[in-house]
Amino acid sequence: MKTQVLIIGGGITGTGLARDLALRGVECILVDKRDINAGASGGNHGLLHSGGRYVATDPVAARECHEEGELLKHLAPQCIEDTGGLFIAVEGDDEKYIADFPSLCAQCGIPIQPMDPEQAREIEPALSEKVIAAYSVQDAAVDPFMLSLENLSHAQELGVKWLSHTKVRGFEIRNSRIRSVRLEYTQTAEEVAIEADIVVNAAGAWAGLVAGLAGIPIHILYSKGTLLITQSRITRRVINRLRPASDADIVVPGGVVSIVGTTSIRIDDPDDAYPTIKEVDLIIDDAKVMIPALDKTRYVRAYCGVRPLFGSAEGDGDRSVSRGFTVMDHGGQGINNFITITGGKLTTYRLMAEKTADLVCQHLGVSKPCLTRTKPLPASHHDRWTEPALAPKVWLKDHGRDDVILCECEMVPKSVVDSIIDSIHQYGGKADLHSIGLRSRIGKGPCQGTFCGPRVMSYLFDRGELSADQCLQSLRDFARGRWKGLHSILWDQQLKQVELLEAMECGMLGLELKEE
Amino acid sequence: MNLDPMECDLAVIGCGIAGMAATMFAVNRGLSTCQVGSPREIGFASGLLDLLGIHPISEAKPWHDPWAGLDALVRDVPQHPYAKLNKSDIRAAFDELLEFLKSAGLPYSRHPEYNSSIITHIGTMKTTYGVPETMWKGVEAFEQKKPCLIVDFTSLKGFNAGLIVNRLKPSWPGLCAARIDFPVNRLMAEVLPEHMANTLATPNNREQLAQLIRPHVNDVEFVGIPAVLGLYRPTDIASDISQRVGVPVFEISTMPPAITGLRLKEAFERGMGEKRAHYFPRNHVTGVKHEKTGRFKVSIGPDNVSQTVLSKGVVLATGRFIGGGLHGDRTNIRETLFDLPVYQPETRTKWHRVDFLDRRGHLINQAGLETDDHFRPLASNGRPAFETLFAAGSILAHQDWKRMKCGAGLAVATAFGAVRAFVDHFRSKNYVSK
Ligand SMILES: Cc1cc2nc3c(=O)[nH]c(=O)nc-3n(C[C@H](O)[C@H](O)[C@H](O)COP(=O)(O)OP(=O)(O)OC[C@H]3O[C@@H](n4cnc5c(N)ncnc54)[C@H](O)[C@@H]3O)c2cc1C
Ligand SMILES: Cc1cc2nc3c(=O)[nH]c(=O)nc-3n(C[C@H](O)[C@H](O)[C@H](O)COP(=O)(O)OP(=O)(O)OC[C@H]3O[C@@H](n4cnc5c(N)ncnc54)[C@H](O)[C@@H]3O)c2cc1C
Repeated sequence: MKTQVLIIGGGITGTGLARDLALRGVECILVDKRDINAGASGGNHGLLHSGGRYVATDPVAARECHEEGELLKHLAPQCIEDTGGLFIAVEGDDEKYIADFPSLCAQCGIPIQPMDPEQAREIEPALSEKVIAAYSVQDAAVDPFMLSLENLSHAQELGVKWLSHTKVRGFEIRNSRIRSVRLEYTQTAEEVAIEADIVVNAAGAWAGLVAGLAGIPIHILYSKGTLLITQSRITRRVINRLRPASDADIVVPGGVVSIVGTTSIRIDDPDDAYPTIKEVDLIIDDAKVMIPALDKTRYVRAYCGVRPLFGSAEGDGDRSVSRGFTVMDHGGQGINNFITITGGKLTTYRLMAEKTADLVCQHLGVSKPCLTRTKPLPASHHDRWTEPALAPKVWLKDHGRDDVILCECEMVPKSVVDSIIDSIHQYGGKADLHSIGLRSRIGKGPCQGTFCGPRVMSYLFDRGELSADQCLQSLRDFARGRWKGLHSILWDQQLKQVELLEAMECGMLGLELKEE
Repeated sequence: MNLDPMECDLAVIGCGIAGMAATMFAVNRGLSTCQVGSPREIGFASGLLDLLGIHPISEAKPWHDPWAGLDALVRDVPQHPYAKLNKSDIRAAFDELLEFLKSAGLPYSRHPEYNSSIITHIGTMKTTYGVPETMWKGVEAFEQKKPCLIVDFTSLKGFNAGLIVNRLKPSWPGLCAARIDFPVNRLMAEVLPEHMANTLATPNNREQLAQLIRPHVNDVEFVGIPAVLGLYRPTDIASDISQRVGVPVFEISTMPPAITGLRLKEAFERGMGEKRAHYFPRNHVTGVKHEKTGRFKVSIGPDNVSQTVLSKGVVLATGRFIGGGLHGDRTNIRETLFDLPVYQPETRTKWHRVDFLDRRGHLINQAGLETDDHFRPLASNGRPAFETLFAAGSILAHQDWKRMKCGAGLAVATAFGAVRAFVDHFRSKNYVSK
């Protein structure tokens, strides 16, 4: 295969870059070793930052977040719920920080409104009685899955080729250029080579590992952050703790749920990250000081993402390392057609893509300007099924006689699964339980896949997506994937739920046993 | 409203398989018995009665001969509840149960000495012991790899004949699949097994179903269909359908809660009704007091209509987390009615493995009540908490029924043990007092 640009990494950075380049008429192939948003882009808080969080430690990132956040609200409204946000402090929080906050925000150009604690509790009744200071900010909630999928859809429409489950294995380098990239289709173990004029490494936390394959040393530390999903939505707005950035500071609404987090734990291997019980307890015990209901509410899932951190983080801990991004042209290190883009935020992905695309175009001698600053992200109809409660709405309005509900918790009908399969087919892929789960609410309700898992599997068999042999493995992988998010929050209701899951999948179906 | 207290020999708390079996054993032994709880279909699941399929779970070692497996289990895990019983007790418990179910209109079949293999709704094979008679021809067809047609219905989700056939065909070449529209409710996209079962109570509807199946019956000796052959008298309905189709028709389990589980629940309730146990379904025990007289005062809710039962003994068969006998919060697992000590891992970090399908199983599944040899739960001093409080079923510690495939067997055998222990105690006391 040949292309102008090969982009490694199907997170928000990679998909955003693919769209940016495609809009400038540059031909690209985008690959990911797993699927869309398999990395931090699928494991983040979904907060479109107002910038307030970074005013003390990273004014540049703060300003970027503010500007990009406001842009995205206009360019991609379908992915954003413009909730607004509050910064609140409770008794015992750092008084000096509270006092400095308004001027720090002003210095970064971040608009805030002071609010008295009574008023804050009136508009957000879940807040603690111990609130002593409150400011309203321009935070919003963003659906990261929809954002990446929409970028990908538009990029594909413009001709970008997307290869999921395609992992970079190595580079063939001659005369200071990458001549070809060796990749493996992980589902079949087949190898393929791609020749590209420019190779962009947008592998997030894995960027160091990918660069290492080309002999370029990038020292990256891995910081895991864990998040908890509540069964129902606790606040209308984003709630931030008004204190120097620390654990469990933020509660973000995500449609019908709230997301609470996060932590910052150094890990050795970005592929071996999962939420631990210790983190979960820490998050709840800390966040309940802001919002007491978080102590007793039901949590349906925990998940985590890995942040790449550069350079030394001595002394002040991982949170003091810049949340800004870095574009590296490896020309200076002896490879002339290799660029790495990593770090940054979901909120600033567009800017990251713009800067990287500028550099790519400079190499290619393309003079077209960036269009993403003004051109709205088109709303595609395939990528909307991650939105909670949308599937049932559409189904109730109008459904065919055969259109049964496959996932009862989230009311996802067969027709939605069909539409997702079609969108996967459109570009030559095949569907499995994981890829359906990624693109819909299936498996995300209270039953966490106990009932919908086998049903959707059975349907994928009927549709010819899964062979009889692949069915069970797909069901196992799906159960394992859900489990990763469950095992740290198993008490009360959720403990009953997984007892039922295990009774079905092990007690009844024997999925844990080797096939005879 | 407060009703007069009711007196009885034994109060059974819980209406899962363990509670149902305990009441049955008690009534058969002439005890006046009260049973309280809300039986939920899910507790009876597939209606299959496992005895012991796997041991040790870490090796996932299957046992064709469950009795030999029991020997190994008792040797390796002396704290396992099965170890408090002789094999002859477990046999006697099963014999009595199957006799009871037969007289209640729900006959079961088995190889007395061996486990059997059952086809599941997604085409795995499940090892079990007691099999509803309506499924038994499927066991035989599988054992002899007879030419066999598997049928599914467009309106029944999650049961897939094509998948079953494709998965099993390599070792069973004579299999084929067909999909038909379930008759009568043809215009509905989805029909629940229970409605299908009700529909098939009528001969006319059975004829319609048989007519739809018949064209697909070419050179096969058996036909397997989803388990929907009536809620009552399923064996009669199965043989009627078989006659109409022309070859034996057997049932294959559907996703729980399944008709086969519902039948089991109904059979227990029907059988018990005839035996005149006092049965409080859809009720909950809200508290139990142990009186100075040695009797238990069992309070039964819901709150607005409360009833009190005074009993000489209690069998606690409230199950685990689904049943409600155990409850876990962020730090601790407790028993919900008596606050009995619960054997458990030291911290929540040890409850579950990071991998759902970890071969070793999750340690929380070993948590539960520890008892003496008479199934009396122990207090923290290591002595029975009460002289006549017994526990049975999945609430017991040191067993992982989901991985060992011993759920129903454990429930029935321990209920047998608990009731026998109470009877022994009761008799000895009565002799003294008379
Ligand atoms: C816990 C947490 C919370 C966060 N919360 C927020 C927030 O609220 N708001 C916000 O704006 N930002 C947030 N962020 C930051 C934001 O999520 C990230 O900056 C952003 O998602 C990074 O996207 P990316 O595409 O660069 O990297 P990733 O999303 O990590 O994508 C990298 C991709 O590369 C692929 N890959 C790796 N190796 C290979 C290989 N050899 N071959 C092929 N593909 C490969 C991976 O599978 C992965 O999909 C958060 C981050 C974390 C960790
Ligand atoms: C999905 C699933 C699949 C299964 N598959 C199989 C299988 O293939 N083979 C097999 O042999 N078995 C199977 N089982 C059944 C399993 O064997 C039984 O559920 C198990 O033996 C537990 O039985 P139990 O009676 O101890 O507890 P449960 O069935 O949990 O019953 C407990 C009862 O106690 C009641 N209760 C609790 N607290 C109170 C209170 N305070 N007052 C009154 N009542 C109370 C509950 O309402 C409930 O009725 C399956 C079960 C499930 C859920």
